[in-house]
Amino acid sequence: MLIIHCPYCGDRPELEFSHGGQAQVVRPADPSKATDAEWTQFLYLRKNTRGLFAERWRHLRGCGRFFNAIRDTTTDQFVVTYRAGEQPPAIGSGGAL
Amino acid sequence: MGNHAVKTTAPVAVDMSWLETPASTARLSFRGNAAAIAAASTAFGVPLPTEACRAATVGTRSALWLGPDEYLLIAPESERLAIIQGFVRDLAAHPHSLVDVSHRQNALIVKGPHAVWLLESGCPLDLDLSRFPVGMCTRTLFEKSEITLWRTGTDTFHLEVWRSFMEYVTALLTETAHELPA
Amino acid sequence: MSTFRTTKGGRVDRAHPLQFTFDGKAYVGFAGDTLASALLANGVHLMGRSFKYHRPRGIVGAGSEEPNALITVIRDAARRTPNLRATQIELYDGLVAESQNRWPSLQFDAGAVAGWLSPLLPAGFYNKTFMWPRAAWHALYEPNIRAAAGLGIAPSLPDPDHYAQRFAHCDVLVVGSGPAGLAAAKTAAASGARVILCDEQPAFGGSLLDDRNATVNGQAASAWMADTLAALAKNPRVRLLSRTTAFGYFPHNLIGLSERITDHLAELPSGMPRERLWQVRAREVVIAAGAIERPLVFPGNDRPGVLLASAARTYANRYGVLVGRRAVLVTGCDAGYEAALDLMAGGAHIELIADVRPPGYVAGPAEKAARAAGLRVEQQSTVLGTQGTLRVSGVKIASVDASGQISRGRSYDCDVVLMSGGYTPSVHLHSQSRGKLVFDDSLGAFIPGKPAEHSHSAGAANGVQGLTALLRDGATAGANAAAAAGFTASAIMHTGVALDGTMAGVPGVLSQPTVLPPAKAFVDFQNDVTTRDLALAQREGFESVEHIKRYTTTGMATDQGKTSNLNALAFIAEQSNRRIPEVGLTTFRMPYTPTTFGIFAGHARGDLFDPVRKTPSHDWTVARGGVFEDVGMWKRTRYFPQAGEDMKAAMDRECRAVRHAVGMFDASTLGKIEVVGKDAATFLNRFYINNWSTLGVGRSRYGILLRDDGFVYDDGVIARLAEDRFHVTTTTGGAARVFAMMEDYLQTEWTELSVWITSTTEQWSVVAVQGPRSREVLQTLVSDLDISAEAMPHMSVANGTIAGAPMMLFRVSFSGELGFEVNVPARHGTAVWEAIYNAGKPFGIAPYGTEAMHVLRAEKGYIIVGQDTDGTMTPDDAAVAWAIGKTKPDFIGKRALERPAMKRLDRKQLVGLLTVDPQTVLEEGAQVVATAGQTVPMTMIGHITSSYYSAALKRSIALGVVAGGRALVGQTLYVPMPGRDIAVVVTSPVFYDPKGERING
Repeated sequence: MLIIHCPYCGDRPELEFSHGGQAQVVRPADPSKATDAEWTQFLYLRKNTRGLFAERWRHLRGCGRFFNAIRDTTTDQFVVTYRAGEQPPAIGSGGAL
Repeated sequence: MGNHAVKTTAPVAVDMSWLETPASTARLSFRGNAAAIAAASTAFGVPLPTEACRAATVGTRSALWLGPDEYLLIAPESERLAIIQGFVRDLAAHPHSLVDVSHRQNALIVKGPHAVWLLESGCPLDLDLSRFPVGMCTRTLFEKSEITLWRTGTDTFHLEVWRSFMEYVTALLTETAHELPA
Repeated sequence: MSTFRTTKGGRVDRAHPLQFTFDGKAYVGFAGDTLASALLANGVHLMGRSFKYHRPRGIVGAGSEEPNALITVIRDAARRTPNLRATQIELYDGLVAESQNRWPSLQFDAGAVAGWLSPLLPAGFYNKTFMWPRAAWHALYEPNIRAAAGLGIAPSLPDPDHYAQRFAHCDVLVVGSGPAGLAAAKTAAASGARVILCDEQPAFGGSLLDDRNATVNGQAASAWMADTLAALAKNPRVRLLSRTTAFGYFPHNLIGLSERITDHLAELPSGMPRERLWQVRAREVVIAAGAIERPLVFPGNDRPGVLLASAARTYANRYGVLVGRRAVLVTGCDAGYEAALDLMAGGAHIELIADVRPPGYVAGPAEKAARAAGLRVEQQSTVLGTQGTLRVSGVKIASVDASGQISRGRSYDCDVVLMSGGYTPSVHLHSQSRGKLVFDDSLGAFIPGKPAEHSHSAGAANGVQGLTALLRDGATAGANAAAAAGFTASAIMHTGVALDGTMAGVPGVLSQPTVLPPAKAFVDFQNDVTTRDLALAQREGFESVEHIKRYTTTGMATDQGKTSNLNALAFIAEQSNRRIPEVGLTTFRMPYTPTTFGIFAGHARGDLFDPVRKTPSHDWTVARGGVFEDVGMWKRTRYFPQAGEDMKAAMDRECRAVRHAVGMFDASTLGKIEVVGKDAATFLNRFYINNWSTLGVGRSRYGILLRDDGFVYDDGVIARLAEDRFHVTTTTGGAARVFAMMEDYLQTEWTELSVWITSTTEQWSVVAVQGPRSREVLQTLVSDLDISAEAMPHMSVANGTIAGAPMMLFRVSFSGELGFEVNVPARHGTAVWEAIYNAGKPFGIAPYGTEAMHVLRAEKGYIIVGQDTDGTMTPDDAAVAWAIGKTKPDFIGKRALERPAMKRLDRKQLVGLLTVDPQTVLEEGAQVVATAGQTVPMTMIGHITSSYYSAALKRSIALGVVAGGRALVGQTLYVPMPGRDIAVVVTSPVFYDPKGERING
């Protein structure tokens, strides 16, 4: 059970969180203008990164907020968590994010 | 193997003095932006905490921070309608949501020297006073039930539990009470 | 009473004798004994038969490393625990223990024929031999192999004990309470840190418990230990857990502890759990888990009476038991000599010490002491074999000269052979935490490398030797851990005086005249793995240690190779001309020692397995014999049988009441979400497919929710309570996920909207009152609200009072009849339910359950999301496309519906299916095909989603999805079932009142 730093509530046990998939997947502002290829990219295609990965979590059994995290998928160590809408801090990730 | 009999000590009555079920109160779920939160503090008469996971109490009314835009307001049942009307009057200019959840959940008080021990059987948070001080409140889990946990005293916790989960939470705490020294 | 008990000494309570039985024979031991020490005190070494060859086996160790003495302890028919190590079973009065894996008796075991046949049973024998015919594996080979080669028998009755779980947090968790662990805990506690000290043994002290003469700071070690523990016990920031095994190291410093609470008690304390799982979140962990002595590998090393030297010390010093009266010590390690000294002190005769180390080693302190005591030492020795049947009676020792030539050897009479191959640090937890291991050449063993988590290995587990050094290493680790946890700590140093035999040894196999001697030399006792097996595996091409492990089973089962791994590695290394670190290591799997399943289940069994969510009508229903079903965590009433009724009779009656009079149904479990804010309508326009801008205050509408993939996700009636306030209902099972999805879009996609949501599922108790006389029933209870057809048309909402409770009344129907849903705050739910029932009696009201509800809605073609839809259905597929707000620029799922695949005419579409024989009720889930008489594989064009007998229509009805189904109305299709094809005619999904007139009463 990981410890996850909620940007609002602080360090809390993984039990309280739900995982929200890859971060920074933006829904097209006007989906009707999206081509089938663009829509497919948005709807279905996700990264499966080995190493630093930007992902969403929700503090479901806490403050209820969605937020973003950068986690090393090889060690399960979190580099940072930050509030939804905020820019991720610069990390020398070699483009893994 | 039927010839073997298990020796068991005589059952002892379980001490239930740690448990208290308070009378029903008014509960309002308040959600809104910063300006609405400030206005709500005036309307409710309790400054809604802006620090995460903290509760504030003035007289018989309490405001519990549950999220950056979400509070649980607790007050005597007799004041419920007046509070709702007050919010309608005072917060007209501030977009917000006020929803009566008085019947959605009930309260449970766990108190006494074994309160932390009892809660640690199902709550994954660190309840040491240094990490969960008096006045701290948060939604969390008690085994498979969501609860709102609020420390109102060194040895006193106020739990808010949704109606249909109350039986489960109470039964689990009672099971754990069997482990306490008689 | 016993022949091998010393006259004094040890930590057993000689004033408290305890009766126990082993294999039906009565024995007496003392309080403080283990089953192993008590049996040894009675001269019993034979305690089990080996896994594969059924060889007689005795005690090897004195703790959790014991590979041989696996015992079943029986309290009653259900409390029968197999595979317990005799070395860890604490004696209690009346203990009943049995040996395992033998028939008819331990002394004469028919299965031992496997030993005579052993040349036929090499590594991989089963895999190679029992290959054909394939079907025989499950029917014949596997059951018989398992029966012959088994561990203990698991009980077949449910476990009557209960198990507790808890979370704990601390700054420093110290695992192990030997000198290093105690020093670590003392230093960490002194800094003010919250400390948990756990030890798998009943008493704290670790190796200090086994030492006769050690002192700490000039005090007897036992006194220092007692003082230290007393001080720790008094500190409110310290928790001491004995009988508690740290069995697993999980990510982010979560440690699993298994605490045994009642297994050592003669009387089970009422109400107490048998065991307790601790999930400890420690900021820092000190791993002071000690080290385990290795056996030596030589022919006949598994004979009862051949055991570890350290175990002999433990039995002598801790339990006052001599493992034998005439001992030969075979050692490759200085510390082994201490056992000879301790046995001599207890009155045993030391026949010989055979040192197997190669020439050139430096004599350590223990060897010097043994020589000074006049014990006979033969250097450069090896063991050629042992004698005896059920107990060792002699050992054949030879000498190895400088060129490696081995003498013919000579036999020494003895009743016990002690062996010491050196010590292996217990690096399990460090390794489980993903910490690397490094090979220490001077020690001849792996020691912890850089930690991966916040952990600090200390003491013998860290490869440290000598009492003062152990105390220093522990204190330093304790100080480092406390400092890392944010405390100001300084290591509290001690001076220890002990014999301090050194731990380095000779891993591998003792020299033999031929590489593989004719008699078996066991590497892994528990799995009956010999040097021959390991050599065979390598000859057959297995190089990776992980492969060799699986092929030979070395290092598996309950002891997980605690005593065998390093010897196996050393042998593999020698055979393949590699160094041990080049061979590598197998994974240190958790649990460190076996745990019960019970601790992982905890309280989650029976009524506490999950929360049982009950509605306000629950108790009323129970009192009337209602039958429930589980819907998620909810209990919902399926039907209300009256005397003599089966389910079909009850549901037919309930359906008739709704169609002809009035019925009442508890709909409280439906999810409810209050959506509030000035942009509430905008939000719902984007979220649901429907148009909400046109919905007036006091009106409601049936809403459909898709995901962005365009498939139906949920549905429910949504009412507009005010311009800026909507009451959304969801399916029972969808409440939480719809709420989460709303939060997701509000928080991360449409942050500009002024909208907030609140779950009100449990705020409201809901009674659906349905049927032509429903209005009349409610009119007797509602006086402050006009509920006439004119004032309250279909799909309207109004507030009033019912039976003294505030009410939100919906005119809504899921039955096709005139209907209402009465919402009251939940604590009024029971009273209002009863009031409606009583008021309805003169009108023939019938409470109805989910079965009748399903029939009523299916007669009307109303879908159930999740039953008639399956996550691949569009609104058009589900025949609810009419609900789409055509003018909206966007809603969730809209774009996906534009994909060509979503518009194909051959998509599966919801239709009605009527069997040609009206009395045949189809199976839900049955397939639909176009023509009769097809053979497998058939061409399946659809399937049945809902199927019932309709009392109103006096025939069966079914809903199903069929490819291009709406174009097939009137055609005959087939539902293939075993032995026949059932002919069905495609129809509209609305079977009853197709014009929808009854809804108006």
